[in-house]
Amino acid sequence: ELKQNVYSIKNVVLKDEEEFTDILEERRRTTDLGYALRTFNPQPYKGAPSGSTSDLKKAVLESQYLRYIIALETGSSVEKVRQEARGILEEMSHNLQLGFIRLMGYTVSKVFKRLFRSIYVNMEGLNMLQQAIQESPVILMPNHRSYVDFLIVSFILFTYDIPIPVIAAGIPLASMKVVGEILRRSGAFFIRRAIGSDKLYWAVLSEYVRTIVRTGCAPLEFYVEGFRSRTLKSVVPKLGMMDMVLEPYFKGEVFDITLVPISISYDRVVEESLLALELLGVPKPKESTTGLFKASRVLQEDYGCMHVNFGRPLSVRQLCEGKINRSEYNLIPRDLPQRPSTEIQDCVNWLAHLIVRTQEEGSLISPWSLMACLLLQAPITTLTEEGLQWHGLTEKTLWLRKLVLDFRGCLNWPARTPDSDVMSSTVALHHSIVHHKAGRVYLVQDGDPASQDPLSPEEGVMRTAAAVLMLVSYRNQALHVFVRPGILATAIHITKSTQKDELFSFFCFLRDVFSNEFIFIPGRASQDFDEACSLLQKCGAVHMSQQEVTVLETGLEVLSFLQKLLQPFLDSYQLIFRYLCENGAHVFTEKQFLPAVQNLATKLILSGDLHTFEVLSSDTQKNVLAALRRLEAVTKLRKARKWIVYFTKGATLGGSIPPRFPLC
Amino acid sequence: MKWNGWGYSDSKFLYNKKGQAEFTGKRYRLSGMIIPGLREWMESTFGANLQHKTPAAPILNSSAVQPPTLNEAFLKELKSTGIPFSHDAEDRVFRSHGKAEKSLLMSTKQSSMFFADCHNDVVKIVELACKHNVCLMPYGGGTSVSSALECPPEETRSIVSLDTSQMLNESGYCTGHEPDSMEFSSLGGWVATRASGMKKNIYGNIEDLVVHIKMVTPQGVIEKSCQGPRMSTGPDVHHFIMGSEGTLGVVTEVTMKIRPMPEYQKYGSVVFPNFEMGVACLREVARQRCAPASIRLMDNEQFKFGHALKPQVSSIFTSFLDGLKKFYITKFKGFDPNRLCVATLLFEGDREKVLQHEKQVYDIAAKFGGLAAGEDNGQRGYMLTFVIAYLRDLGMDYYVIGESFETSVPWDRVLDICRNVKARIVRECKDKGVQFPPLSTCRVTQTYDAGACVYFYFAFNYRGLSDPVHVYEQVEHAAREEILANGGSLSHHHGVGKLRKEWMRETISSVGMGMLKSVKDYVDPNNIFGNRNLL
Repeated sequence: ELKQNVYSIKNVVLKDEEEFTDILEERRRTTDLGYALRTFNPQPYKGAPSGSTSDLKKAVLESQYLRYIIALETGSSVEKVRQEARGILEEMSHNLQLGFIRLMGYTVSKVFKRLFRSIYVNMEGLNMLQQAIQESPVILMPNHRSYVDFLIVSFILFTYDIPIPVIAAGIPLASMKVVGEILRRSGAFFIRRAIGSDKLYWAVLSEYVRTIVRTGCAPLEFYVEGFRSRTLKSVVPKLGMMDMVLEPYFKGEVFDITLVPISISYDRVVEESLLALELLGVPKPKESTTGLFKASRVLQEDYGCMHVNFGRPLSVRQLCEGKINRSEYNLIPRDLPQRPSTEIQDCVNWLAHLIVRTQEEGSLISPWSLMACLLLQAPITTLTEEGLQWHGLTEKTLWLRKLVLDFRGCLNWPARTPDSDVMSSTVALHHSIVHHKAGRVYLVQDGDPASQDPLSPEEGVMRTAAAVLMLVSYRNQALHVFVRPGILATAIHITKSTQKDELFSFFCFLRDVFSNEFIFIPGRASQDFDEACSLLQKCGAVHMSQQEVTVLETGLEVLSFLQKLLQPFLDSYQLIFRYLCENGAHVFTEKQFLPAVQNLATKLILSGDLHTFEVLSSDTQKNVLAALRRLEAVTKLRKARKWIVYFTKGATLGGSIPPRFPLC
Repeated sequence: MKWNGWGYSDSKFLYNKKGQAEFTGKRYRLSGMIIPGLREWMESTFGANLQHKTPAAPILNSSAVQPPTLNEAFLKELKSTGIPFSHDAEDRVFRSHGKAEKSLLMSTKQSSMFFADCHNDVVKIVELACKHNVCLMPYGGGTSVSSALECPPEETRSIVSLDTSQMLNESGYCTGHEPDSMEFSSLGGWVATRASGMKKNIYGNIEDLVVHIKMVTPQGVIEKSCQGPRMSTGPDVHHFIMGSEGTLGVVTEVTMKIRPMPEYQKYGSVVFPNFEMGVACLREVARQRCAPASIRLMDNEQFKFGHALKPQVSSIFTSFLDGLKKFYITKFKGFDPNRLCVATLLFEGDREKVLQHEKQVYDIAAKFGGLAAGEDNGQRGYMLTFVIAYLRDLGMDYYVIGESFETSVPWDRVLDICRNVKARIVRECKDKGVQFPPLSTCRVTQTYDAGACVYFYFAFNYRGLSDPVHVYEQVEHAAREEILANGGSLSHHHGVGKLRKEWMRETISSVGMGMLKSVKDYVDPNNIFGNRNLL
């Protein structure tokens, strides 16, 4: 039982009567010092030995696995390699200490109270987590949208007397003075970015991770998306860490592993403007302690609320049942490395996607996200010059709210507040992006208006793009709810067909092309299609029969909204396909490609032939390349970071592109 | 002997008038003793209450047993040979099941029983069976736990059971082969199932003990021409026979190695702080190849169970000493009573060597935190394996059903398999609606260079379940799947029978199956030995 008597509760009913509690409320009522110094006595995993961090390091260094890898390394003496391994481990290891957890709790509490009005946590999820932690090793898998959330899970678990996790972090954090060390002692362990083919590093890392899981000495937290999403959209999961984490189960070293997806949603993301600039090619500032202090002006701002939604704990054993045959590990000694079969790899990939989907489903959609969806469908000049009618926007937002609920999205719409107040307070919170003046809404564009030099047209495009991409990222927070019906709407729009099987094959085609852009669980195309159909039917947009999908008069508004929502993606992809086809160059580097596409897009935007700014985002560009690579239209050369195009006029994709959807 | 339970009719557990558990009879060290801790253990482990009793069917009613399918011509011709036989219902039921939990609840289809006395009797019976197309099922001691003795339901021919248990003469020699079922199982059965004995470390398993085998098959008699200790004459044909589980013929004569009775025997035991340390110690003992005649490691649950079977102590001094020991181990040495486990040891040989050997083993144990815990604990540990089968019958009186099963596994997987299989049993029971937490326990019973044999016990209170046998089968099935997924073998010594047939192909590959199948097709083309075990 959680200490509900101590941490009193203000319930806000948001969705399906799920109860969220504001954990900051209690923090505002009692002293942070008292909070940081209270007794912390969590119930750990029952099978766990009470080992120290030095025991963990020792176990890793002395493992059969590492000894085997070290013996394989030729070129230098065993002692030297072992020394090297020790060095890697020192650089990597966390050094979790209760004292620093208290310090962390104290600091984080202070900072969060400045930044956020409330931090809502679902108690039911926490209860289930507390239970799960005692039964099997637990993997906490939050999404990552902001640096701020790095310690949020630890903070919550400390507050509720649940064991503190160790957290996988990127090595740049470790090199921050003092802060790096504080993070390390708060449970962070650090992984290099480009590991490449450094076998020894891989070996130390994987053994370290596996040992943590195997012993269950602490819950393990990592970002399955691999990094902070710059677009606030879910990122296709990375599998390296997932492989390491799941292997102890596949090899039978633990009975089960529990995965806990955690969805963190923000009303307003602290680094919103940095993200947009970064996507446009302005490099992100290096993580440094001084940079952190400079960023402290962000503390002056209001960032609204944060929601941390702990998902239902998932048993890996149950999920994998019938999918894999663990006996493939029976013929090689357990401590030696073994390449998993494709069956296992597919299963890991599937699980990783499932987790990200679950994170999406648990994310809360704010009124602002709905507004962003709608604002982006207005012509750009309306936003920058004439302004969008406030009244119309309000009406449309309320219409969209109903659609989200129809589509079973988790909505974070304040209860017991007049809708008009919700609208205006939302706009006020996002004053850095839009402003509301005389019944109209305008896009706020950065830059010094008093500046003497007028901007060149190209600079003007970039300036608008920065503002639009901020809006885009908030739209992205809601995208997962609309993607499947949206793709069906697009298919209906393009094919003009009513035949279910024709729509299905086009649906699959789009799903395939966009599967680096949106999260689709592999092998579930027909379920996705069915889901799209049933949602469109539910909101009254279409009528379904055995063979046919007929558009209803009442559904035109929904279908048009959905189709327009995805239009920027289609436009961006088509533009890049066209660039690749028309451009004679068949070999190019990433460095050449990104600016070239940006130039082309800028020109087209200025000439009025392109209506989206999203293609300017490096994220979109990378996704297109990844998709083409997956579809085997382009190849990447390992060494030179060069891409080879053998994509000619849709020849390679030809088989799957229906004639009515010319890509080039 | 009991048909519906284990072992001798006079030996059984019961609750006396005072509600204390008691073991009747005179055959065992525990016989006639009061076991004060057993009732509490039963109640706390299973929630099995004295108030909730399920009497086992005490007498067999002939009408409850299916009438036999008789082959008159076969019977008539056989009667003239003078080999004793029976149609008696009790005999038939007795011989148509082993000791797997399920078979204790089943009936039979067999028509007659023959009691063969010598090789020539068997040759005659097999010849006639071939002539009249009668299905033969050899029967040894009836201690099978793999449903090997159940009649295949698809069999429509007349089924005749062939009891060979009277062929084993009391020899007085020591073969050193001591399976837990030793009192009841037969030599032919040991060969036919690839049996393993407790003292295999000294004497070897059945394949190491056998020098010569004679088997009667529908194709004729198979045997080797000499008794050379090892031959390089192609694959060893003995290996077709050992483990053939009665599918190829009847083993009529076996020549086994014998050894002089050991001069000196000593039990021993070691307490370890936890199971992990215990396994590490056993592995080291195996690595140094200094395993005593027997070395077994019981997990914490089994340690507690062994404790519950302690008979009433007669003197205050002994109980005082027990208390002192407990204090020393848990308080002074800091062992957690819920984690510690115990290894039992049995040394055999000449006195001096035994003492030397004992020291060596205890020295290794000490390196793994083991503390010597006395001869008495060791001896009780071994007795436990003989009486545990009787205990199952007591459990059945109080809604508890249970079973044991075994596997062999490489050393690097011993801990994993023990943990995972036990956890799987607990989870399956919970999922299948068992109301009380089950007993799920294991012990490492044999050590080899390359691995160990692990023995699992599981039992649960089935009160409130509509179909306990089905639940029980599902749990057992799941446990076996878990064993295989964790790198354990299908069986170390219980054999395959019909219970584990479904996993044979993945165990020995399709080609392996084909090899065995072609042997069967050649030796017994008409499937006279139609028990359908193994393949």
